[in-house]
Amino acid sequence: MKYIGKAMSRVDGVAKVTGKAKYASEFDVKNVAYGYVAQSRIAKGRIKSIDVSEAERQSGVVKVFTHLNAPKTKSSDDDFFALQSDKIVFSDQPIAFVVAESLEQARFAARLVKAEYEEEKPTSDPRSAPTVDSRSPKMRGDAPAALAASPVKFEAEYTIPIEHHNPMEPHAGIAFWEGEKLTIFIKSQGVQAFQGHLAKCFDIKPENVRVVSPFVGGAFGAALNPHYITFLTASIAREIKRPLKFNYTRRQMFTGHGYRPYTWQKVSIGAEKDGKLRSVIHEAVGNTSTIENFTESPNGFGRTLYECPNYHTPYKIAKTDLPTPTWMRAPGAVTGAFALESAIDEVAYQLKIDPVEFRLINYSEKDPETGRPFSSKALREAFKQGAAKFGWEKRKLEPRSMRDGNWLVGWGVAVGTWGAGQAPATVRIALSADGNARVGSATADIGPGTYTVITIIAAEFLGVDPAKVKFELGDSDLPNAPMQGGSITTASVGTAAQGAAMAIKTKLVGLAQKDANSPLAGASVDDVEMADGTLSLKSNAAKKVAVADVMKANGMTEIVETFTSTPNAERRNYRTQAHGAQFVEVKVDEDLGIIKVTRVVEATACGRIINPKASHSQEMGGVVWGIGMALQEETAVDHRYGRMMTTNFATYHIPVNADVQSVETAFVDEEDKIVNPLGIKGMGELCLVGIPAAIANAVFHATGKRVRDLPITLDKLI
Amino acid sequence: MRPFKYSKATNAAGAAKAVAGNKNAKFLSGGTNILDLMKEDVARPDELVDINGIASSQIRSTPAGISVGALAKNTDTANHPLVRENYPLLSQAILAGASEQIRNMATNGGNVMQQVRCLYFYDTAVNCNRREPGSGCSAIVGLNRTYAILGWSEHCVAVNPSDMAVALAALDTKVNIQMADGKTRTIPFTELHRLPGDAPHDDKALAHGEMITSFEIPKNKFAANSYYVKVRDRASYSFALVSVAAALELNGKTITTARIALGGVANKPWRAFDAEKFLAGKAATKENFEKAAELELKSARPLEFNEYKIELSKRAIVRALEKAV
Ligand SMILES: Cc1cc2nc3c(=O)[nH]c(=O)nc-3n(C[C@H](O)[C@H](O)[C@H](O)COP(=O)(O)OP(=O)(O)OC[C@H]3O[C@@H](n4cnc5c(N)ncnc54)[C@H](O)[C@@H]3O)c2cc1C
Ligand code: SF4
Repeated sequence: MKYIGKAMSRVDGVAKVTGKAKYASEFDVKNVAYGYVAQSRIAKGRIKSIDVSEAERQSGVVKVFTHLNAPKTKSSDDDFFALQSDKIVFSDQPIAFVVAESLEQARFAARLVKAEYEEEKPTSDPRSAPTVDSRSPKMRGDAPAALAASPVKFEAEYTIPIEHHNPMEPHAGIAFWEGEKLTIFIKSQGVQAFQGHLAKCFDIKPENVRVVSPFVGGAFGAALNPHYITFLTASIAREIKRPLKFNYTRRQMFTGHGYRPYTWQKVSIGAEKDGKLRSVIHEAVGNTSTIENFTESPNGFGRTLYECPNYHTPYKIAKTDLPTPTWMRAPGAVTGAFALESAIDEVAYQLKIDPVEFRLINYSEKDPETGRPFSSKALREAFKQGAAKFGWEKRKLEPRSMRDGNWLVGWGVAVGTWGAGQAPATVRIALSADGNARVGSATADIGPGTYTVITIIAAEFLGVDPAKVKFELGDSDLPNAPMQGGSITTASVGTAAQGAAMAIKTKLVGLAQKDANSPLAGASVDDVEMADGTLSLKSNAAKKVAVADVMKANGMTEIVETFTSTPNAERRNYRTQAHGAQFVEVKVDEDLGIIKVTRVVEATACGRIINPKASHSQEMGGVVWGIGMALQEETAVDHRYGRMMTTNFATYHIPVNADVQSVETAFVDEEDKIVNPLGIKGMGELCLVGIPAAIANAVFHATGKRVRDLPITLDKLI
Repeated sequence: MRPFKYSKATNAAGAAKAVAGNKNAKFLSGGTNILDLMKEDVARPDELVDINGIASSQIRSTPAGISVGALAKNTDTANHPLVRENYPLLSQAILAGASEQIRNMATNGGNVMQQVRCLYFYDTAVNCNRREPGSGCSAIVGLNRTYAILGWSEHCVAVNPSDMAVALAALDTKVNIQMADGKTRTIPFTELHRLPGDAPHDDKALAHGEMITSFEIPKNKFAANSYYVKVRDRASYSFALVSVAAALELNGKTITTARIALGGVANKPWRAFDAEKFLAGKAATKENFEKAAELELKSARPLEFNEYKIELSKRAIVRALEKAV
């Protein structure tokens, strides 16, 4: 292939670094008013009275909305909408919305809103909140009995705190109405999902809603749902009959879009003395809000990973007086992996078996759930390449056995896995006679490099230089595409782009063959190569015709094809997963407990790599994220108030450059003809899944201390 | 932000007078702390008196040592050859704080006067004696992993966040102050910050309107044997859990004079006078360092989540002294 598999810089890179790329709040809209929310001091109860008179008197204030006069949604979904009633269900819930001529005026006036509450005691600690059973897959075998009968037994509990996505770009929206037609610029991972949501909220036709989000400054799941910002911005704009702009502040980001839930997990493992797993019981309780039941699958993580005949994953959610959680990068999987991959490590030590070896002993050759084969699974090869790159064979098994001066050295490993999903997607391509192609689909690019990767695929199959391809996304008017989530974008939209390009080629070959004397006469589409603006026979390149000439002969200046790809039906007969082996070195200051992640090797088996450069960058991002999750990130909640307290970057720590040292990546060759024609699996979440566990395992190897509660801060080591 | 008046003073005396004349006025220097607090509605001045350019931003040598201007930027101070060569401890401490960008804006006066980083102080939805005297301290039985182990009171358990101040405390610095009546006065740096007692809102030895103009650091023989250790939750851009500024004057293996100050443990940079006294005249050995650390932390009292700080402080003292030697 000419472009696929070759490193390419981001096509939108220059626009981004020069400020030309417009993010939601940067669109110039005339006569825009600014909104700012006043928020609840209490976490639970109701608003007894609310006084906005002082706020309304301030200069520049256009109008103040509360639950008493704000527009109400017509949607019956149980999403949280702001200003719908006097009921308070979480601390910092919006209680008023001030619209003013400037942001500063709105913000100042919002401070003058006074509310009286009827306050109830909140329960924000999931450990004391009421739980409800959630759906979990049927037990495989009889896990409790097999555990009881196992010669080797292990059991431990693990917790992760609430964590927030914290993309650099805060959520922002600008909405305006032209008659019954709504346009909204808003940070979004799925413009058409937002369009559907707004159509429901206003009970209007989706065609009357246009959602635009061409650039997104990071989202990680935070912009999958529309959250309260979307309807609030759109509905107030309609009320004031004027364009309206509303941005969250960093503090508001903590209660405005959900978070990774607090999760308690207990892993019980039964094994043979030779290391063979006999039983795994992986229990989980995650928190949700009182208004929605948010679930993910934290404990499902290992069900296909290990060959273990008895497997049980009961799952509950705890109803807390906090905002509703949402999906956050590698939702469920990274949570479950932290617990299970730590537990696997613990059992390996118990049996004195090398942790890589232990995982290979229990390697699943086919899906243990269904007995079906994997469409591909090069995890063994990933272990091999990763271990070689890392130098794993020099590792000493005993904890505290490796040193570098004052520093204790620890090497840890863990596995990541993530479903190789795909959803229906449509791409439209317009190829003009001069060889330029316009490609469009209503997908998003929240940072992984979707602009670039679809450009590469289109260029490849149109046989044109990528510089001649312009890919448009992030506009609900474009052809249908799924939300950018679950690492399915390249598999979905990429397959559609390939299909649309192939459709153009088919059309061109047909047009060329209308001429009885065509050099392509009698050839099938597969016999023809389309490259550099010519169609030629693969068997005889001299037999060719220029694309431009074909179009001209047919009186055309442009060919437009739209193609919808759907997941391959064959997938049903297989398990489709991507895998990775993740190796970590940490150094721990023995006296002061300071932890440094000095080296990470990610070996990944995720099908075909379209753009190695962006893929490496994705993997690095996953590592950095994993460092944060393992060592730093925590949204601390003060349960007396049911209030999140670490709501800024000074107190909510994420890694800085100095926390990230060597990160190496390797992509293992993995050909997969089942998942989709190009064999694309996705990697954006996979690259994170094993990292926190690998770091925790490395910390144990270094110090002999097993930390089961994230984040692993230094006070837990001294 | 609430509306406020902005004015620019022309000289130090004028600035002091302007602020003294309005009980809701504040000085503005680098703005990296005061403006954040105003955005969060924690500080609510109705007037900011800009003092940039009106007092010394110089760093110069004097017969007694060096004079460091209150309006010199943190970055310029840390990188100044006089500081690097003669007071490397100060340079290290400044560079251990905040980020390059913030240090480029931050002034020395603003740094030592910066507010605590208490979670509850920053959140107007909850009570805090420092923000609203008499309302109660939310941290004392709250999320207090990063709070004080020394010198706290039931009224406040926050810690002074400045790194620079820890080095200044260790180096016997004096603070020159412009008073509102046009006069000036000088106090030891160790008296600038006070323990919270029953008035955490009033924890600096400056009267309203008094302005710091410069710092005087006396000559010393510590340059070859000093070290700043900062223990924090990430490698950069975070406040100290515990920090230690250690400076030794050695005669062979014997300590003639020791200076030790701790950060992150109290509402002021904590001069370890007991440890210093113990070490004077003793051999510079790990054993003596451990004894000194033990002695200094005797009076430490942990809160629910910060007991680790006691042991960590001891180890950090030992590490700083070992590195200093
Ligand atoms: C995210 C973040 C991380 C940080 N990390 C650290 C860290 O690790 N270590 C550290 O030490 N610091 C850290 N800082 C704090 C930073 O050092 C201070 O914000 C800075 O030093 C304040 O200086 P300034 O000149 O900007 O002060 P300003 O914000 O201008 O003023 C601060 C206060 O001092 C008063 N003031 C200013 N000048 C004078 C004067 N000459 N006389 C009397 N009063 C005066 C002002 O009225 C105000 O009340 C951090 C800050 C941030 C935002
Ligand atoms: S520790 Fe001090 S600053 Fe923090 S809440 Fe208590 S009184 Fe306020």
